[in-house]
Amino acid sequence: MTTTEIQTVLKKFRNDKTRLVDILLEIQSENGFISKQKIETIAEGLDISEVDVEQTMSFYHFFSCKPRGKYTIYLNNSLVAMMKGREKVADAFEKELGCKFGEVAEDIGIFDTSCIGMSDQEPAALINGKVFTNLTSFRAREIIRDMRKGMEVEEMYANTFGDSKNSSKLVRSVVRNHIKRTGPILDQNFQTGKILQKQLALMTPEEVINEVKRSHLRGRGGAGFPTGIKWEFCRRATGKKKYLFCNADEGEPGTFKDRVILTEKPEMLFEGMVVAAYAIGASEGILYLRYEYSYLKDYLEDVLDKMRKDGNLGKNPAGIKDFNFDIRIQLGAGAYICGEESALIESAEGKRGEPRNRPPFPVEKGYLGFPTTVNNVETLCSVVKVIQNGGEWLRNMGTKDSTGTKVLSISGDCLFPGIYELEWGFSINTILEMAGAHNTQAVQIGGPSGALVNPDQFDRILCYSDLATGGSMIILDESRDLLKDVVMNFTDFFIEESCGSCVPCRNIPTLLKNKLTRILEGKGTMKDFEDSQNWANMMQINRCGLGHTAANPIITSLENFRHLYEDKIQKHKDFDSGFDIASAVAESCEFVDRDPNI
Amino acid sequence: MSKPVIATTSLAGCFGCHMSFLDIDDRLLDLIELVEFNKSPIDDIKTFTKDCDIGLIEGGCCNTENIHLLKEFRKRCKILVSFGECAIMGGLPAMRNDISVKECLEEAYLSGPSTVNEDKILPNDEELPMILDRVYPCHEIVKMDYHLPGCPPTADMIWIVLHALILDVDIELPYEVIKYD
Ligand SMILES: Cc1cc2nc3c(=O)[nH]c(=O)nc-3n(C[C@H](O)[C@H](O)[C@H](O)COP(=O)(O)O)c2cc1C
Ligand code: SF4
Repeated sequence: MTTTEIQTVLKKFRNDKTRLVDILLEIQSENGFISKQKIETIAEGLDISEVDVEQTMSFYHFFSCKPRGKYTIYLNNSLVAMMKGREKVADAFEKELGCKFGEVAEDIGIFDTSCIGMSDQEPAALINGKVFTNLTSFRAREIIRDMRKGMEVEEMYANTFGDSKNSSKLVRSVVRNHIKRTGPILDQNFQTGKILQKQLALMTPEEVINEVKRSHLRGRGGAGFPTGIKWEFCRRATGKKKYLFCNADEGEPGTFKDRVILTEKPEMLFEGMVVAAYAIGASEGILYLRYEYSYLKDYLEDVLDKMRKDGNLGKNPAGIKDFNFDIRIQLGAGAYICGEESALIESAEGKRGEPRNRPPFPVEKGYLGFPTTVNNVETLCSVVKVIQNGGEWLRNMGTKDSTGTKVLSISGDCLFPGIYELEWGFSINTILEMAGAHNTQAVQIGGPSGALVNPDQFDRILCYSDLATGGSMIILDESRDLLKDVVMNFTDFFIEESCGSCVPCRNIPTLLKNKLTRILEGKGTMKDFEDSQNWANMMQINRCGLGHTAANPIITSLENFRHLYEDKIQKHKDFDSGFDIASAVAESCEFVDRDPNI
Repeated sequence: MSKPVIATTSLAGCFGCHMSFLDIDDRLLDLIELVEFNKSPIDDIKTFTKDCDIGLIEGGCCNTENIHLLKEFRKRCKILVSFGECAIMGGLPAMRNDISVKECLEEAYLSGPSTVNEDKILPNDEELPMILDRVYPCHEIVKMDYHLPGCPPTADMIWIVLHALILDVDIELPYEVIKYD
């Protein structure tokens, strides 16, 4: 891109520095990285310093200031990817290219990445933004050979396009939905526009809020905050303008239900955004879409266009007077923390996705300082059904404190991984039976930030008052080494994804990892065990939910699988630092040419 | 009853923590009433002559000499205290931990801009301590009982902690004493 071309991109975004992430994505799309020189041009055009540009860039996994190859492969290293054979695929890539992960050879770069939302079809990778699923070492070699021939990425697909909308003209992906059980959200008889035109148009915003409050609907993004109450706060907050965000960042490893909803039910989701916007008085909506799902962007834009044409979006949606509302799509650039609502807002403002201090809460002071509501994809879909059928209807489903249904992402050791929509109040046993799981040793509920649950607890009920979940369930059978495969992988995930602002969140997971490594090497003692427990408790002083939960893999495995640790601990010693003097002096002695005399 | 015995040492440190120790000023006189010093730069006793109650360790471990000394302190002292940032985390010397020891030695003895070493002599005499691959905080070598933060820990903190350990009472550190910035 020439300087003039960059300036054209900047102009397209009105030289607005709050659109920096979009600007960087567009400029990087040309050749996969942004050079120092381009950074200078961007900084000048936006009237900010180069460091401002660099600090935003360096925060996100998918931005680079160095070349990452004509083809860039991001291979998922999440737990489920590992369970399904990612290491063999990684080996094949490395051998075929003769380079390591994190390097570029023959203009092909291979990099790790955190969960890309494909746990039902792992191992999976993003290649120049396109999703490749069910990879094998054979496929890895084949893909590299195709790249050597200079093929277009889409020509490298070996399988046919995925089911349903995945194969539509604007998506053309090999991703599969794997919808195994439908309910009110995933059912087939949703009629576009009808609820907005026939029902919403006849209600006042207060009536909408009251209906949602009556339904007892709680947020599906994980935290479970009552949706009606959040909207009421936002409606009452003073501000010249209000914003509505849909959180489609879906970064919790093992979760992929929002991907399927975005693919199959985007009309319902966007109508839910119209409902929410009407209730809180927002004039602008932003769908924050994780970069990993950018293959859905054109398709979603098309749905928005149709809604505008049908009079359901833009000026007076559904013919409602004094109500204007439009939606734009904001792409992320690879950072789990951006799913946290205040980080998401920071990111949408073109900055590093670092969570804000609260108060003020986003409903008071959010995007660009205006009152902002952030809701999960599934929450906004549920809202449409509440408007259609009434709050009472939702309350008749599920349990007393968890009304309605939950869309679950089930993966791991089972015959039928995929999407299951169930009424709240099911037990883990029900799920295992439904998904065809055998010899189950443990289930990870709610992703790494949730809990590792043992078989004694399989009759526990999933609901906000017992086992709350954003929907991820990873099933682990007896062949898995829970500490090495699961707890370690999750701890690495948090080390990688912490934004680094808070000292405990930045350091303790690494210290816990060191402890766990020592325990796994047979060098651990009871002291390591106790330290881990005590240090993990300190995570509560962190600023955001990531820090609060980053020690959960350790805490919940210590609680529920204590024997796995105890088996590996040295019982006859109360302290063992594991320090080995011989290996510590080996390198220096070799260099100065001296025999170690220890 | 005989007085509690204290030993102190500086490993890979700069003696700053010991300087801060001296900063307890006239309280030194009170301290002398309360305790007896054994191996320590304070009284210049070079080797342990008896078992001690409290050992203060300044600095982390960068070579085998540090390791031996630290282990000896562990054997000889009932309570061992990591005294200051370098003992707790390696501190400034640990800045080399991101560079391989080979590279460090190469720069220091062969290729550094101010190095003059025509015969390319490297420090490999049997008498010299061997350099460790990185600088270790004390608790990664032996069990440490207490950690006194600060670079250096303030004189007040040192006094409060020593006083409490000597009298075997709870350590109460007011916020101002542990707040550094
Ligand atoms: C580290 C972290 C990651 C999160 N990721 C997501 C996410 O991917 N999607 C989501 O909807 N909520 C996520 N959340 C929760 C959001 O902060 C927020 O509570 C939610 O989007 C609110 O929507 P809801 O009330 O409809 O659930 C995350 C929270 C944290 C702390
Ligand atoms: S808790 Fe962790 S992720 Fe959250 S703000 Fe602090 S450092 Fe960042």
